[in-house]
Amino acid sequence: MRNFKEVFMKVVFLIAACMSILAVLLICVFLFMNGIPAMAKIGVFDFLLGKTWRPKNNIYGILPMILGSIYVTAGAILVGAPVGILTAVFMAQYCPKKIYRFLKPAIELLAGIPSVVYGFFGLVVLVPFVRNVFGGDGNSMLTASVLLGMMILPTIIGVSESAIRAVPESYYEGGLALGASHERSVFFTVLPAAKSGIMAGLVLGVGRAIGETMAVIMIAGNQPRMPAGILKGVRTLTANIVMEMGYAADLHREALIATAVVLFVFILIINLLFSVVKRRTQS
Amino acid sequence: MTSINKQSFSQKMRAYKRDPLSMTLFILVILAAVITAFVVVFLVGYILIKGLPNLTPSLFAWTYNTENVSLTPAMINTVIITLLSLAIAVPIGIFSAIYLAEYAKKGNKLVKVIRIMAETLSGIPSIVYGLFGYLLFLATFGWGYSILAGAVTLSIMILPLIMRTTEEALLSVPDTYREGSFGLGAGKLRTVFKIVLPSAMPGILAGVILAIGRIVGETAALIFTAGTVADIPDNLLSSGRTLSVHMYELSNEALYMNQAYATAAVLLVIVAGINWLSAFVAKKIAKV
Repeated sequence: MRNFKEVFMKVVFLIAACMSILAVLLICVFLFMNGIPAMAKIGVFDFLLGKTWRPKNNIYGILPMILGSIYVTAGAILVGAPVGILTAVFMAQYCPKKIYRFLKPAIELLAGIPSVVYGFFGLVVLVPFVRNVFGGDGNSMLTASVLLGMMILPTIIGVSESAIRAVPESYYEGGLALGASHERSVFFTVLPAAKSGIMAGLVLGVGRAIGETMAVIMIAGNQPRMPAGILKGVRTLTANIVMEMGYAADLHREALIATAVVLFVFILIINLLFSVVKRRTQS
Repeated sequence: MTSINKQSFSQKMRAYKRDPLSMTLFILVILAAVITAFVVVFLVGYILIKGLPNLTPSLFAWTYNTENVSLTPAMINTVIITLLSLAIAVPIGIFSAIYLAEYAKKGNKLVKVIRIMAETLSGIPSIVYGLFGYLLFLATFGWGYSILAGAVTLSIMILPLIMRTTEEALLSVPDTYREGSFGLGAGKLRTVFKIVLPSAMPGILAGVILAIGRIVGETAALIFTAGTVADIPDNLLSSGRTLSVHMYELSNEALYMNQAYATAAVLLVIVAGINWLSAFVAKKIAKV
């Protein structure tokens, strides 16, 4: 009887563990089943490389949104990576314990703030700021990049900091012993050794930025046209789905699901990249 | 740590003067840290200063209407959705972690697959979850916009988080505990439930609290599953918006800016509280 219970529970645990496989499979099946036929109907090239998105006339080209997502993400990395990596260096190599006690939870709080709150902050602070300083109407690629850069800071800082801390102390000490200053030892011996860990942090940041929805939709302008400049509005893949899913029907709806498929494939590639980089860290 | 080669401040400054590269790097590092700190202080400070004065008692009235956009129904919906999602995800998450940490043998192919899948799940953007939930629960099952659809969607979303934190907590339980239990004649199952799980509890709890934080902050996955009706739902199959969705709708309509500030402040305070609680619980592991 007791033996039966042991075996039974082992099977229960096994089934629970298989749930995540089931979830991924279900997500793949439902997205691809609904999205791929639309792509086929529209024509894969017309869909992926079409420069116009005009559902009223049955024209579905999502190149503007693909580029929009890529530009905004690249902007976010340009903003977030230098600040994030240097802050991680500060946290791991410079920070006095007294400051660390406050800074660490503060950065963790930054990671926990909901994206609507970020979006709202962007709406009431960044958009007017960009409008007044740089011109345009403020809802722009620049605004979205800066806000996303802020949002991915905690991800980059967290992963980079632990990568820097994982470098053996002897590297740093070796640098010092050869007469290098604190900065030179940190930047030319410790940082190169932590390179792949920091890369993993950046890849994770890219994943967060490209998948971000609510914050972007509130500040990016969302015009479905080819990105026209850094101060002009832009629509990302995620925004495209949220903007129109509420009222879309038929092919329009399927085209939006196909947009999600493209986004999903992007994320899968980024995930793959992440695990490759991470594996290199471990070896 | 005390060292005999400690430099005085003026010595340091002289060294920096001789070495401009080091000085530049030093300045950049400090600058970056200041920017990060500034971002946190400015963001949190701005929302709180603008939001807290707008917190009026009427904002917590029992019902929502266009004259008074009360956030109480949204708050209640948030609690319901959180509890439901946890009720689904926590047992599954803990059980899978038990399988991964206690039962699976090293080098098991299945374990590798499960880990990759969990990692994939944690990378999927919330809007994709939302769309998936819409396709499965609304389009296929025909539930309509409902609390239940939202909760199940979110439970898939937080599953990898709970799995990972639980597994880490289980692995940090020393093997001597297990050996002691086996030595006293307990079976595997009894060892897991009576010895390993209780010792890992703080870590598991910290993960669950983090998951609550993610649920409270989620918007994109809920808009197309739980919908945006601003009332307390009659049953699990009726629509209801959580606090984050409420916040999004308020700032979208642009009619209730003061209330949006106040809601943002409430959300921020809740999330900060959850973060603090999680850190507090996690710290207990170190003590045990």
